Amino acid sequence: MPVSWTMLIVLALAVAGFFVTRGRAVALADGDTRRLHSRPGYYGWNAALLAAVPALFVTAIWRFFWPGTSPTLISVVALALALGGIAFALSRTSPAFRARNAVESIVKALLILCSSIAILTTAGIVLSMLFETGNFFSQYSWTEFFFGTTWSPRFGGGSQLGMLPLLWGTLYISLIALVVSVPIGLFAAIYMSEYASPRLRSFAKPMIEVLAGIPTIVYGLFALITVGPMLRDYFAQPLGLGSSGSSVMTAGLVMGIMLIPFVSSLSDDIINAVPQSLRDGALGLGSTHSETIRKVVLPAALPGIVGAILLAASRAIGETMIVVMGAGAAARIGVNPFEAMTTITVKIVSQLTGDTDFAAPETLVAFALGLTLFVITLGLNIVALYVVRKYREQYE
Amino acid sequence: MNDMRILERSVDQTDAKISAKDVQVYYGDKQAIKDVNVDILDKTVTAFIGPSGCGKSTFLRCINRMNDTIDVARIEGSIKLDGEDVYDKRVDPVQLRARVGMVFQKPNPFPKSIYDNVSYGPRIHGLARNKAELDEIVEKSLRGAALWNEVKDRLQEPGTGLSGGQQQRLCIARAVATQPEVLLMDEPCSALDPIATGQVEELIDQLRSEFSVVIVTHSMQQAARVSQKTAFFHLGYLVEYGDTDDIFTNPRDPRTESYISGRIG
Amino acid sequence: MTDATIPAGASPQAKDSLLVPDARTRKRNASEARFRAYGLGAIVIAVIMLLILLFTIITDGIGAFRQTYLTIPVTLDAQQLDPSGNRDPEDLKKILTLTYGNMLNGAVEGVIAESGIQVADLTEKDVNDLISKEAAAQLRNRVLANPELIGQTVESRVLVNGRVDGYYKGRVSMASAALDGNTSPQQLQLADALKDAGLLATRWNWAFLSNPDASDQRPEAAGVGIAILGSLYMMLVVLFLAVPIGVAASIYLEEFATKNRLTDIIEVNISNLAAVPSIVFGILGLAVFINFSGLPQSAPIVGGLVLTLMTLPTIIIATRASLKAVPPSIRDAALGVGASKMQSVFHHVLPLALPGILTGTIIGLAQALGETAPLLLIGMVAFVKNFPSAPPEGLFDPASALPVQVYNWTQRADPAFIERASGAIIVLLVFLLCMNLLAIYLRRKFERRW
Repeated sequence: MPVSWTMLIVLALAVAGFFVTRGRAVALADGDTRRLHSRPGYYGWNAALLAAVPALFVTAIWRFFWPGTSPTLISVVALALALGGIAFALSRTSPAFRARNAVESIVKALLILCSSIAILTTAGIVLSMLFETGNFFSQYSWTEFFFGTTWSPRFGGGSQLGMLPLLWGTLYISLIALVVSVPIGLFAAIYMSEYASPRLRSFAKPMIEVLAGIPTIVYGLFALITVGPMLRDYFAQPLGLGSSGSSVMTAGLVMGIMLIPFVSSLSDDIINAVPQSLRDGALGLGSTHSETIRKVVLPAALPGIVGAILLAASRAIGETMIVVMGAGAAARIGVNPFEAMTTITVKIVSQLTGDTDFAAPETLVAFALGLTLFVITLGLNIVALYVVRKYREQYE
Repeated sequence: MNDMRILERSVDQTDAKISAKDVQVYYGDKQAIKDVNVDILDKTVTAFIGPSGCGKSTFLRCINRMNDTIDVARIEGSIKLDGEDVYDKRVDPVQLRARVGMVFQKPNPFPKSIYDNVSYGPRIHGLARNKAELDEIVEKSLRGAALWNEVKDRLQEPGTGLSGGQQQRLCIARAVATQPEVLLMDEPCSALDPIATGQVEELIDQLRSEFSVVIVTHSMQQAARVSQKTAFFHLGYLVEYGDTDDIFTNPRDPRTESYISGRIG
Repeated sequence: MTDATIPAGASPQAKDSLLVPDARTRKRNASEARFRAYGLGAIVIAVIMLLILLFTIITDGIGAFRQTYLTIPVTLDAQQLDPSGNRDPEDLKKILTLTYGNMLNGAVEGVIAESGIQVADLTEKDVNDLISKEAAAQLRNRVLANPELIGQTVESRVLVNGRVDGYYKGRVSMASAALDGNTSPQQLQLADALKDAGLLATRWNWAFLSNPDASDQRPEAAGVGIAILGSLYMMLVVLFLAVPIGVAASIYLEEFATKNRLTDIIEVNISNLAAVPSIVFGILGLAVFINFSGLPQSAPIVGGLVLTLMTLPTIIIATRASLKAVPPSIRDAALGVGASKMQSVFHHVLPLALPGILTGTIIGLAQALGETAPLLLIGMVAFVKNFPSAPPEGLFDPASALPVQVYNWTQRADPAFIERASGAIIVLLVFLLCMNLLAIYLRRKFERRW
């Protein structure tokens, strides 16, 4: 892999440039570094940065956007740039040269570049999905996609790619997850911040945080091997509601468990933001503790809690592994929670793994699904963050 | 020794509403209140004065057990309301606080409508049997807090939208609506401008006809204006207690004299 | 304001004793108790769920760390393994696993005869299938690595097939074996007899941590070696990209950026990126890194890049919080002695914020380590049998990742893979636990209050 070697050589050149230029600066000042405008190290850094930054930047961009280019050509250009940078830095080096200012402007430019990566990522997400979604809609009617009620991709052609069954499954599972997680998470947060003794808090809070740190694949496995079979054997089959381990209920329940710590830590922050003076006011009137919470604290915190629920909903809608392993693959619109249904994320995974043909609508549909998912979750987030921010401002 | 003499004087007045004996309060290891003995009279305004951190607010919050909400706070001695110790194990602080209302330093209306703010206490304590009675209590309390005329046309608007002085009078109305016997006020004017302060002080004077009012204040002028009795706290001790006029014109303890003449504080 | 205006009965408590709670207070206190019980119940439910989750995973997965082996003498016949007799490695490689398989079968039959084991209705298939299909390949590798063994009779520890292994872990019973095409009650009886003879034992299985994945028929040989290595490579990429970029971005936004439209957009962008579903990052990786710039599928470099983009918002948010916690007086002090803005940040603010940055970074890395969905889309779910080479070249070789390996195994037909998947989760959770403990330790050790 010559490109990685090129990078290492460039870095070595930068180190060499540092010492050469630093030495030259000291020599120009006849060894008396006080005569230099900046500390000698800055002259060295100037050379090192001028050698490494343009060369590495050009290599990365080139390799990334024109992957077919000959590595030798890239290497030659990169090494030339590095040597040129050192030469330029050497030529500028003199006791009067403001090396520190030069270095600081380069560093500042680098900092700006790094912070714009967030924007580049978003742009990358939107553009890549828009482009492929455009391809998809040139092969498949968008009304069929958004309003079709049948999902049956056939790689031979004649697929029906209606999104509604997937959207239904997604919303149904998310709803169950919220019904499980919101009351439990909220009550846990209330108990933790209002009632729990320091001892209980120091035990239960980390436990709930551990739940938050468990990767979703673990929950997925839990759904697949424990919760799914248990629901099937003890609920679905005895009640005659179905015989599948994968079901809306399985995925919803497990996702609900996953969301408990999320809801509880958000609610905790929000409940703590309610000023103590309001609690005192209610207690001073002779409210019991729970009356204070139910009638004063929670109503005051309501906008924040709504925001937290929206964030949790956005999490649920975008969650992948739990539904891949717990919900099943059958695209269907139904109300029986013990039936297998499927979601947008499940179908993105199934359409994009394995051998894929990027000209076929059956593959491209995943990008349209991804874009839909992105728009839904982004919308929920923007609303939620706005609501939460307004809520916080109210008490600041 | 001084304390004892003062106590003898005040015990002579028999109609004590609240009577504190040997009250000590600790926050963790730190003792905030030391040996406080005081009798607070019914239908009287009693002012607690003293420099910051002298324990006057702490003592006030002991009377309706608001200090229960602070985990590290511990209290010894007894505080009797109508002869019953409020720290008796059988006492439910909720019931106590219904009879000993409180108004706080910073106006703290609930983020609800004006009507809901005032009707909150009567609702939780079940003081009204129907909406008409509740309406009546709300109107009476708002009138009592001299706020009715300003808000009668906008009872459904949020209480947080009122001005600072109006908010504090709303909080007083809210406390009054619960029909307490004692009203504790913790520096109720410290967040208000002079005009609003004047209105609240006038109100306190009117409240005396129905309640025993205890007010903590930083301002000696305010104590002089509104109270009949004054207690001076210093470093956790109740240094001097007596008629307001006596305290300000003829303080017996040198510490009291230093404070009111502005040498400590 | 006389008492006459108070509705009758409106002030009942005025005469009641404080010492006796009235009916209404009792009712209210009961509802208070109920409310508390709900809260406590919620916490208990959450904790119980956690315990059930961990309990089932650990009981299912602990078996992956134990494995049943048959210890038998195998005669490595020089005639068969090195017909030319010159021990030339090239020639040795020409001998296929089939030959070694036959040799192992002969050895098994040998010990059965020698120890006089008699099992009714035992077929030749039962005997030959007793040992894993992987055993012959392992023996071949052992010989290729050490040709001097040829011609000797060596004590070999041979993997037993997954069903027999499952029999000793309670997964397979005589009854289920009778219905199973891959084993039989006779085979299990044979295994029991061999166990009684001291030849067959279930022992600690380090190989689970070092072996590569194995095919559908050989769950007993499957391990997480490549997955651990792949995850490690990806974490290296994330560490070398996400941390410098994230810290640099935070420094700019927190210390240098003037409040304007662009920085506003960047800030909103970062908080929204933090909540974008991970699968969307997978789509981005597929479209941009694989389809557009032609990086190889299944490669840790692509996984690392995707996880870098995913982790950046977490690191930026944590870093900004710890930069913000450094009091402005420190900056003023540095500026006051003539340091430039840049010097005040790099000499004073950044070192003071370092513990917080480290903690945030570790938590970001832990999050990245457990992430699965985006990796499925960039092909990390593929079956990989060869270890990737050392970085940096190895970053471009196909590899797996721990969470993806778990998913991969859950898609296999043989139930023995569920044990492997749970075992891999235990490995993953141990890594995560260590990272979180490190984060907690750092936070405790360097916590500073201003």
